[in-house]
Amino acid sequence: MPDSTPTHAQAAMAPQAGWQSLVADWSSDQRAFKSASWGKAMMWIFLLSDTFIFGCFLLAYMTVRMSTTVPWPNPSEVFALEIAGTNLPLILIAIMTFVLISSSGTMAMAVNYGYRRDRVKTAVLMLVTAAFGATFVGMQAFEWSKLIHEGVRPWENPLGAPQFGAAFFMITGFHGTHVTIGVIFLLIIARKVWRGDFDQERRGFFTSRKGRYEVVEIMGLYWHFVDLVWVFIFALFYLW
Amino acid sequence: MSGMAPGADQAIPPAETAEVELYHPHSWLTKYVFSQDAKVIGIQYSLTAIAIGMVALVLSWLMRLQLGFPGTFSFIDANTYYQFITMHGMIMVVYLLTALFLGGFGNYLIPLMVGARDMVFPYVNMLSYWIYLLAVLVLVASFFVPGGPTGAGWTLYPPQAILSGTPGQEWGIILMLLSLALFIIGFTMGGLNYAVTVLQARARGMTLMRMPLTVWGIFTATVMALLAFPALFVGAVMMLFDRLLGTSFFMPTLVEMGQQLRYGGGSPILFQHLFWFFGHPEVYIVALPAFGIVSDLISTHARRNIFGYRMMVWAIVIIGALSFVVWAHHMYVSGMHPYFGFFFATTTLIIAIPTAIKVYNWVLTLWRGNIHLTLPMLFALAFIVTFVNGGLTGLFLGNVVVDVPLSDTMFVVAHFHMVMGVAPILVIFGGIYHWYPKITGRMMNEAMGQFHFWVTFLGAYAIFFPMHYLGLLGIPRRYHELGEMSFVPASAHDLNAFISIVALVVGFAQLVFLFNLAWSLRHGRLAGGNPWNATTLEWQTPETPPGHGNWGKELPVVYRWAYDYSVPGAEQDYLPQNHPGPARGTAGTAA
Ligand code: HEM
Ligand SMILES: [Cu+2]
Repeated sequence: MPDSTPTHAQAAMAPQAGWQSLVADWSSDQRAFKSASWGKAMMWIFLLSDTFIFGCFLLAYMTVRMSTTVPWPNPSEVFALEIAGTNLPLILIAIMTFVLISSSGTMAMAVNYGYRRDRVKTAVLMLVTAAFGATFVGMQAFEWSKLIHEGVRPWENPLGAPQFGAAFFMITGFHGTHVTIGVIFLLIIARKVWRGDFDQERRGFFTSRKGRYEVVEIMGLYWHFVDLVWVFIFALFYLW
Repeated sequence: MSGMAPGADQAIPPAETAEVELYHPHSWLTKYVFSQDAKVIGIQYSLTAIAIGMVALVLSWLMRLQLGFPGTFSFIDANTYYQFITMHGMIMVVYLLTALFLGGFGNYLIPLMVGARDMVFPYVNMLSYWIYLLAVLVLVASFFVPGGPTGAGWTLYPPQAILSGTPGQEWGIILMLLSLALFIIGFTMGGLNYAVTVLQARARGMTLMRMPLTVWGIFTATVMALLAFPALFVGAVMMLFDRLLGTSFFMPTLVEMGQQLRYGGGSPILFQHLFWFFGHPEVYIVALPAFGIVSDLISTHARRNIFGYRMMVWAIVIIGALSFVVWAHHMYVSGMHPYFGFFFATTTLIIAIPTAIKVYNWVLTLWRGNIHLTLPMLFALAFIVTFVNGGLTGLFLGNVVVDVPLSDTMFVVAHFHMVMGVAPILVIFGGIYHWYPKITGRMMNEAMGQFHFWVTFLGAYAIFFPMHYLGLLGIPRRYHELGEMSFVPASAHDLNAFISIVALVVGFAQLVFLFNLAWSLRHGRLAGGNPWNATTLEWQTPETPPGHGNWGKELPVVYRWAYDYSVPGAEQDYLPQNHPGPARGTAGTAA
């Protein structure tokens, strides 16, 4: 009945919008987030907790940057590369950031194809994402070795405050670990997608539960989060 | 509609998610040891926590022996005393109370009380326990390494925590920090499960506002822990780096024995902020589950609906939120801008409002209730008294001007033992006496329980009440002996000896409790499915102890809140939550 005005009953059944629907969901039974599966809800809450970890790390970095009396090295000089005779400040980090942001793009596409149950494209895009991630970690390793070569250590720093090296290695290391873990899981899930585990409802080795394509999206949540954190590290460490 | 029960005033919505696939244990090993069943994991958590708690208890005896009879025990010197207080404090707070409330009670009760078959991710939940066990083992290992466990105090303040001169500087502090980091990782795995199970895996009809307060308390505490532990994790990682790599996050420029150390430029206050951003919420992480459990104990054993259920829920949530903005009340003597002191004192005192509401509501629930002085009820009553006592001294310490002279005295020791030591422990005992019949199918022995209760309750007062007085005299905390101080009257030494003797007696009573736990397993009176005539879902399981998957074939459907006691006209004076029929009380009156 496309033309008829909604009856009272229909109006009551119609999905509510905005705050009302929020209140309705939370005062309902069974689930507070109606559209989120268990796995997704869990990932969101985990990311919230992880946000606090990174938040504490970054606040700690700012605090020691203020507490030390030795001058802080100038990031655009420290993170400059000599390429073909020209001195390019922050060039490596710009490329790294670009790579990581691009990987978020391919991840988003993988999620999209995952929902269309396009096995091959999903798996390939996840592999590309993983490759971007691995490139990022590789470039970070290069940057670490360059700094180490210049004498920067967690405990000392010929360029200025020792807290610079300490905070740099700790925070980028912690973030790099996140990326590395992400790459590992991307590979594992890409393999499952490729093999068709989610189409055949094959059971997981450890959990003995059937996986679903949704895992791709949950993986995506994590990956975008790691990306977002990088933006903050980039802004607070390299640009400040 | 077929799903609607006769008389229900409100249709129960159909199930939104398909039945979960349960994992099926194939061997004895996967059924009882590497089990993914939340009930088994809960019991594993509880037993491990109690075991390590016994270590902390023994340490408290040793400390008390030293304080009561200084110089008598040659194996306790200043160094070992520091190690004892540190390990005692940390074990009690983190490895006993947090693990027991969230890992133990949380695992056992959440799925049962919200009507789920298990936690949402049983495998991750299992890992949580094993990492916790590993954390405990690492902690225990620190007793056996060269130099012994750390003696930095449970607050682990740098720079002293990692400098020579503090016992355990060699290995103890490293193992302590590692163990904490492990604990946090393990807890996070479990905590995500508890939170998501409550949010997303409730039974049909189980709205958030029909959940028993036990679940509310544990749930809120879990969310708090997920947000507070990160600060401790970061602090632990950074201190590990300071100790192992020689970074200077927390280390200022220092001179030791005339030598300048390689450290410099760090901020010791930064650690205090990180620690207390965790540390204060931690107090409520152990208090909120206690609040929740005690509400249910009181309501059940006084046969009366909880007074002001909605108020109770909101009070829990508000306390949880506020406790993230009060942390610096632990740092008044660290030096801070007076405006900050003002801010933190104000927020601290504001928390007293929702807390007081809860106390009033407990008392009003008891008012004209049909109070059965069962063991759980005795412990619940003892909790209220003790908690009020500790809460009142908290009001003193929350004010900057009062705290400054009292800081680092025995008054503080008395305060926090009352409010976060004795009070939650009493609830744990009450909870165990209450749920033991569900877990084992048998009642705990009443005579031993009465003995345990009276000795523990009166003993705890005899131990900690006089400490207020000692603190007001100015007797410092963390001193292994008082020596000759002109302001300490001779009677204070006698008082100390008295406290120590009582502490030994109270400790002995705990052995009786442990014996009772084991004894009743075989010889306790058979309990039946619902010995307390309680309304909440865990008492309505088809089997006792509940089987794997909790509910047999049919998941329960919830028609009412958890507090329909003394219902006029009801056959048995109460209506279980899954009882169809006219709803009563505040929940379910939507029609
Ligand atoms: C049998 C009962 C207990 C006795 C006799 C006892 C005794 C003591 C003593 C003598 C101290 C050291 C005071 C000092 O010299 O500064 C202490 C410290 C402490 N206790 Fe207990 N305690 C008991 C139970 C608990 C419980 C259940 C908790 C749980 C919260 C707890 C938490 C602490 C903490 C956090 C410290 C501070 C450690 C430090 O200063 O670093 N205690 N206790
Ligand atoms: Cu506090």
